[in-house]
Amino acid sequence: MITRLFSFRGGVKPDAHKSESAHAPIAMAPMPERLIVPLRQSTRATARCIVQVGDLVLKGQRIGEPEGTLGTAVHAPTSGKVIEFGLHPLAHPSDLNTRCVVIEPDGADRWIERQVFDYHTASREQALAQLRDCGIVGLGGATFPSHVKLGRGTGIETLILNGAECEPWITCDDRLMRERARDILAGASILRDLIGARRLVIGIEDNKPEAIAAMQAAASNIDGETSVVAVPSLYPAGGEKQLIRVLTGIEIPYGKLGAEFGVQCFNVGTAHAVYRALAHGEPLLSRIVTLTGNVARAGNYEVLIGTPISHLLTLCGPKPDTDRTLMGGPMMGFALPRLDVPVVKGTNCIISASPALFPPPLPEQPCIRCGECARACPAELQPFELYWFSRAHNFGKAQEYNLFDCIECGCCSYVCPSHIPLVDYYRFAKSEIWAREREKSAADQARDRFEFRNFRQEREKEEKAAKLAAKAAETRAKLGDTPAPSTAAKADEDPKKALIAAALARAKAQKEAVQPRNTDQLSADTEAEIAEIDARRIKASLEDPAASGNPPSPDRSPESTP
Amino acid sequence: MLTALLIMTGIALVLGAALGYAAIRFRVEGDPLVEKIDAILPQTQCGQCSYPGCKPYAEAIAKGEADINQCPPGGEEGIRKLADLLGREFKPLSEEHGVEKPKSVALIDEQTCIGCTLCIQACPVDAIVGAAKQMHTVVEPLCTGCELCLAPCPVDCITMVEVPETVQTWKWKYPVFELRKSA
Repeated sequence: MITRLFSFRGGVKPDAHKSESAHAPIAMAPMPERLIVPLRQSTRATARCIVQVGDLVLKGQRIGEPEGTLGTAVHAPTSGKVIEFGLHPLAHPSDLNTRCVVIEPDGADRWIERQVFDYHTASREQALAQLRDCGIVGLGGATFPSHVKLGRGTGIETLILNGAECEPWITCDDRLMRERARDILAGASILRDLIGARRLVIGIEDNKPEAIAAMQAAASNIDGETSVVAVPSLYPAGGEKQLIRVLTGIEIPYGKLGAEFGVQCFNVGTAHAVYRALAHGEPLLSRIVTLTGNVARAGNYEVLIGTPISHLLTLCGPKPDTDRTLMGGPMMGFALPRLDVPVVKGTNCIISASPALFPPPLPEQPCIRCGECARACPAELQPFELYWFSRAHNFGKAQEYNLFDCIECGCCSYVCPSHIPLVDYYRFAKSEIWAREREKSAADQARDRFEFRNFRQEREKEEKAAKLAAKAAETRAKLGDTPAPSTAAKADEDPKKALIAAALARAKAQKEAVQPRNTDQLSADTEAEIAEIDARRIKASLEDPAASGNPPSPDRSPESTP
Repeated sequence: MLTALLIMTGIALVLGAALGYAAIRFRVEGDPLVEKIDAILPQTQCGQCSYPGCKPYAEAIAKGEADINQCPPGGEEGIRKLADLLGREFKPLSEEHGVEKPKSVALIDEQTCIGCTLCIQACPVDAIVGAAKQMHTVVEPLCTGCELCLAPCPVDCITMVEVPETVQTWKWKYPVFELRKSA
């Protein structure tokens, strides 16, 4: 059992606002008129569509085949008809389109025959493949494919279940733990077997006593060393590195993974999805979404992937003074550019924001170097330095100050007395650096290909020259016996010229050998005719009879033919 | 007196030998400056700088024969990087060499293509596949957008298409605070 908790540096304590949505049990969201299922459901991977417009699909039928190492399968969330395959906007700050399959539900919600997967007898590889084929990704928000995370080596000492849910307003994990603790624990024990962990630690923030009680009750029923630990409520205790630090005291350095230090961390929602996938063969078709903020009926709903957010908002009834809608929490989420976008596997919360609840940001003022941000930073960075470098486009220096250790938790912006949107600067700097790296690798590839092309052209030229030389040598060997004395003398000076001369001589000889043969072997009649024509020609123009071999001049030709 | 001379001569000989050895041991092959300049250039191999490729242009810059503002695909940022590297003043892109354009790739209209292979021969990075009297196509991820295939095409079936932004390549914008909104 864990007797001592550790702490991470920094962190903030924003108002939790959990009570608004935590009271009501999870309700099933009604079926929308159409489901827009994006094929991009995990980080950096888009599935390949395997259905066509007009196809009838069943609930749980695979519609997207996983591609690449980070790919996961995508499934039809309900039974119905595929009415479109095309580009639709994604719930993303960019407001860009991505490939989506649009399904019109038939209302029957008929399941495809679920393949029973016996995870007790299956090998580790088979289980991981099953997770990929069931489309299981991390449900904490990052949507990293679980089979990839689980595949990163065994020999892990501790499995951590992340039920901290530190971000304000969000209560989806809280409700899930209260209502489905048994399933979560079953999923956790499967995960523990898959990575061979010795102990299981479940970290839950101490502002969720009901969830802790429910999980403790469920944990007493499973084998192995299991402990449910209440961690102090301090944002961002639910960050993976922060939670690992709090529960085990292990600090994971930049660029390293928890697996290298004997810990792995999964969200409680992911554990639940893993249980459904491995014990029941159910792919990930829905998730719990918190609807809260400036609304009449806040609560948690089980929502099918692909449900338009505008449809969800009718359930909770945003109040008239709502001016924007956030996806994710107020610290790390973003304002949705539009509301007709679908719910994806990473959508944990939809917040209707009003100016009263979320006052618009005050004008940005100059940094006074007070150092509040450095005190609040849970990643122990120096946010003000990163801010200066990002602002000045000095990306190399920003990287030197470990920009990529930043988890974009928003603590620095939260405490900044000058209201500087610090995280926006870091996001800008990070995406610029990524773009430069992409350009750099494209340039390196182009350089390699260009150099190889030059090399190939040189080689082809040499090969051609060698071939020609070989051919010339062959011809010369053939002619070697009968060269004219003059050509032989020249050959020493210039072999090419000699060859040309030899070829010319051959052509000449050939021409001489061939003689016009249309006057040989003529019949007596024709010979008589020719003689008559010649006689006439001599008589007419007193030509030399010797010229009779020449063809007649054009003006005479009508006369000459009978 | 003689001891002092001998000591000084001895030191000179030892140091000379050490320097001579270092000159051979740590000899630098080629001009490292050319490599550094070449690393900044965008490697489109488009020849707009009037040199046959990025490497020759890099060599010309290193020799001082070419100016740093002759590379339109590298754009203003490329010029700034070159200016930083070489310790020169920044100057705007020279207009006679072209203008900075958004990243594009070539697209062959496959209906019109007659399969003459001229574009394949013109492509500096072998990004066009096809054979004589067969349809040609551009391998999009390999295309640098150099436009060298446009001119040789006898039926003008190649167009440059701007590369659209995707969720993967989208960049966060520089934070700008709207003054009017706050006022």
